[in-house]
Amino acid sequence: MTTIASLPPFVLYFAAALPVALLRGWSRSLLLVLVPIAGGISLLYAEPGAYWHVSLMQYQLILYKVDKLALLFGYLFQLAAFIAVVFSLHVRATGEHVAGLLYVGSALGAVFAGDLITLFVFWELLAITSVFLVWARRTPRAIAAGLRYLIIQILSGVLLLAGAIVHVSQTGSIEFGYLSLGGLASWLIFLAFGIKCAFPLLHSWLVDAYPEATPTGTVFLATFTTKVAVYALARAFPGTELLIYIGAVMTCFPIFYAVIENDLRRVLAYSTINQLGFMVCGIGLGSALAINGAVAHAFNDVIFKGLLFMSMGAVLHVTGRIKASDLGGLYKTMPITTVLCIIGAASISAVPLFSAFVSKALILAAALEEGHPLVWLALLFASAGVLEHAGIKIPFFAFFAHDSGVRAREPPINMLMAMSLAAILCVFIGSYPWVLYDLLPHALAFTPFDSTHVIAQIQLLLFAGLGVFWLMRRGWYPAEIRAINLDADWSYRWLGPRVTHALTALIRPTDAAVRRSVRHRLQTFLDALFRHHGPQGVLARSWPTGSMVIWVAISLAVYLALYYL
Amino acid sequence: MAKHKRYFLDKPENVTTLWRIFVAVCAALLLVDLVHHRHVTHPWESLLGFYALFGFIGIVLLIMAAKQLRRLVARKENYYDDDDR
Repeated sequence: MTTIASLPPFVLYFAAALPVALLRGWSRSLLLVLVPIAGGISLLYAEPGAYWHVSLMQYQLILYKVDKLALLFGYLFQLAAFIAVVFSLHVRATGEHVAGLLYVGSALGAVFAGDLITLFVFWELLAITSVFLVWARRTPRAIAAGLRYLIIQILSGVLLLAGAIVHVSQTGSIEFGYLSLGGLASWLIFLAFGIKCAFPLLHSWLVDAYPEATPTGTVFLATFTTKVAVYALARAFPGTELLIYIGAVMTCFPIFYAVIENDLRRVLAYSTINQLGFMVCGIGLGSALAINGAVAHAFNDVIFKGLLFMSMGAVLHVTGRIKASDLGGLYKTMPITTVLCIIGAASISAVPLFSAFVSKALILAAALEEGHPLVWLALLFASAGVLEHAGIKIPFFAFFAHDSGVRAREPPINMLMAMSLAAILCVFIGSYPWVLYDLLPHALAFTPFDSTHVIAQIQLLLFAGLGVFWLMRRGWYPAEIRAINLDADWSYRWLGPRVTHALTALIRPTDAAVRRSVRHRLQTFLDALFRHHGPQGVLARSWPTGSMVIWVAISLAVYLALYYL
Repeated sequence: MAKHKRYFLDKPENVTTLWRIFVAVCAALLLVDLVHHRHVTHPWESLLGFYALFGFIGIVLLIMAAKQLRRLVARKENYYDDDDR
């Protein structure tokens, strides 16, 4: 165990990928489950410090740097990997399991990276490994969405590399630590993190690709990429004021889209951006309370969002449907999945005794403490919005609402086990928050359940729920319709191709005219050449030697003429 | 359909009962504000029924605004299909 503990955590996942690719059946399942367990135990032996220095040209890479922040994300990723692996055990396709392992390994590599070059390598590996989870769906739509996802993710990596190069040339250091925002290097890196963290207008890859992945692939995707970005922001840009406003916008704009979105996994994708907004806002606020809140919320989000994505993945797996307009009434035959989904919904809505209650409260309290009452109001509004789309819409339209006539059975046992584990964690962390909060970067005294906060939160949630059901009963609630909603991806899926076409159409006539005229002149020249040198040409009457004699005579004559002038 | 089992929520009267219980619970919660003194960090919080009203009005405005947003951004499901291929 100590040998494993001294290795960087990604090594275990990368090493396990090959045997997983070769094995089949129960031996593969056993290995898949053992990897995150061994990884989790080995992290218990990890001591703060920097290990695994590797020389690359004149730079010292640090493959394994341990501190409290990295360690918390390390535990989280091992736990999330375990849940996701159990959830996907029934999947036969080997590629998905291999991609899943490599993807988790890349995320762990990024989190324990001590320098920017190592971070960049794992940053790009995250993109390359995860796209296979989208492509594994094998539909034309998934393949196209995966390609768009890959291009944008690679772009994020290229920006990170560019920023790192500028940073190194300016400071001479490749260390990955605090970077204050200002100057080209930090802005490039900030933008790279922003793409992966789904900042507004840079977010559409997430809502485009996640809902197109396989039912199990989305559970992996939802966890790692965005949380690595949150980790990177927390390490490099804590206390950056701009992040407060970016975060506040992220919490608010997706909830409007979530209300009218028909694909329930896409609703959860919008919800992911909303939850990331709380974390980004907390990182921007930067106080010990806010950072603790952001990190704790990242931890909780992985579990409850995972649970929600799993429950919708289970619905998709057993019914083949995922659109609100095609679902409803599933509680009749899927009571266990229904209950588990509701636990996830209660957790994300921050119901007291469920996991997000305390972590979200820390961020909201920090917003007021740091003197941002309007941001606080935005976050409060977004909290009510979460209840609408994730707390009510997801379970309501899938399991209740109008009866779709679908009578699906409960999903396979491994799916139920994974969901149950996540649900237990949601309730456990919600009820015993100090177990998690002792692991947070800053030591802070806090009272999780004071009466003011509990009552205020219950009032907020119940009255928001009242609003939703009141609108439903009056018939004013927007009906589920089969439609898609335009978002930022419209710019490169619709506008971009059309602008390119229009420009080509504009250039084409000029281009054709230029070509025509050049071709015409060339032809005239060739014709003239042919006239003089061709078989009937004046200059072809003699042999080339004869022709040469004529030219020599002419040039001598010219020379003579010039000489006498 | 006749063969299908009737479940609890299939009966409208059950749904109405649940709705009434829910409304009653909300009303009771609002009354809690009269007796429970909140220790607040911001003056807005001390307004009577602040959280309840904020939640209700916020969500109604959110949903109504989203309905308008739909008129602007909703398209047929195959909107992108020609471009994506």
